Amino acid sequence: MRTFWAKLLPLIMLLSLSSCGYNAFQSLDEESKASWSEVLNQYQRRADLVPNLVSVVKGYAEHEKEVLTDVANARSKVGSMQVTPELLNDPEAFARFQAAQGQMTSALSRLMAVAENYPNLKADQGFRDLQAQLEGTENRVTVARNRYIETIKEYNVAVRSFPNNLTAMMFGYKAKPSFTVENEKAISSAPKVEFGDKK
Amino acid sequence: MLNLFKIALQTNIHAACRAIFLAVFLLFFNSAFAALVEIPALSSRVTDLTQTLSQAEQAQLEQKLAAFEVKKGSQIAVLIIPTTQPEDIAQYAIRVVDKWKIGRQKVDDGVLVLIAKNDRKLRIEVGYGLEGAIPDLYAKRIISEVISPKFKQGDFYGGLDAGVDKIIGLVDGELLPEPTQDSLSTVNLGNLMPMLLFGGLISGLFLRSIFGTFFGSALNGGLVGGAVTLLGLALGSAAVLGVIAFFFTMMLGGRGLNGYSGGVPMGGGYGGGFGGGSSWGGGGGGFGGGGAGGDW
Repeated sequence: MRTFWAKLLPLIMLLSLSSCGYNAFQSLDEESKASWSEVLNQYQRRADLVPNLVSVVKGYAEHEKEVLTDVANARSKVGSMQVTPELLNDPEAFARFQAAQGQMTSALSRLMAVAENYPNLKADQGFRDLQAQLEGTENRVTVARNRYIETIKEYNVAVRSFPNNLTAMMFGYKAKPSFTVENEKAISSAPKVEFGDKK
Repeated sequence: MLNLFKIALQTNIHAACRAIFLAVFLLFFNSAFAALVEIPALSSRVTDLTQTLSQAEQAQLEQKLAAFEVKKGSQIAVLIIPTTQPEDIAQYAIRVVDKWKIGRQKVDDGVLVLIAKNDRKLRIEVGYGLEGAIPDLYAKRIISEVISPKFKQGDFYGGLDAGVDKIIGLVDGELLPEPTQDSLSTVNLGNLMPMLLFGGLISGLFLRSIFGTFFGSALNGGLVGGAVTLLGLALGSAAVLGVIAFFFTMMLGGRGLNGYSGGVPMGGGYGGGFGGGSSWGGGGGGFGGGGAGGDW
């Protein structure tokens, strides 16, 4: 009888540990890291497109200095950021990261809007290829961000709800920051469309 | 004083009423304006909810895609719907592939060709594993140079057929794992290991106490092997696992659970639920938003 309990006890302990959510934290934590890497991956891919894009646009629309410098500035800001997985545990750094990427998004969309004014640029095969790539990358960023938000939601619910929160406290698992809609103003106001005199 | 209290109560009730009204209003507003287009159930490679393609055309396209799946293993699906509003076609497309999971698991070689007929928009959604074979650029060109021109003339079948041919051509050039006949081998042994271990341990203790050390262990080995076979693994690995279970049970402690004869419930058979009917389904492929969209 005693040997039986000696065998069963570790099993019970193991099961109770998993019922306090410890195992769930492990997998959710790993999942959130993976989805975060995917977000970074796609942002990096976008940043890599920028130099080519800028040089093509410059060839046709050199005097659009303001927009071009905006893009270049945003690019260097994004590039100078130290992005580590630990960023996830620092809400402030996360907010800075999000702001920099948001700036990049708006600078790029202005650049693409300006490009509409140059028929020769629009007809350029190189530009059209880059445009397709940029579209695809932006879409991937959106997908990756949505998946990150979903995973983080699951993780945060697991960390905060009882009795898992006790386990979380014991092992130092904290809630992680998520993306917010950073440019609500820009989204809610419709883009201005002007017809007629194109340059 | 009492009056004051009454007034306070009344304003509170007013506020509450307003809040309730607002909540109900928002609920209606949401359901009226933000209802997303439902994702149709996946039952065949070509799903046309707009009756754009004739029966014969659908069958032809279906056959072409099926033949390619047999040859290469990749799953390509076509979906024609009236509209994706209020969503963007890209958002809708990713919802569809997240649900359908076309393409093989881990290979992620699925492609969805989505057409929103009334929106005059289409999109080619490319699985993770094919992002090298069909870069966004190529997807965009297939749309703008092959499919859109035909669609502009109203030739939907012609556009789709030519577009699918291009996609097949690109995927065919890609080095992918050979297609396998039994999809059951996708069961992940790693996930089953703990279950097998505990199940084997408990059943081993029981069988030994009933049948004695040698026969109990042999029986347990057979049981584990049988369970693994049922779960769809190759016979060879099942036999190996069975033998391991046999020796493992033999070595367990000095004596069996001779004194123990309680009624611990044993949930014997797991398994079952694998392998669907005859209708076609996705293989578990993943998507990350690759591909391109366009209009006509």
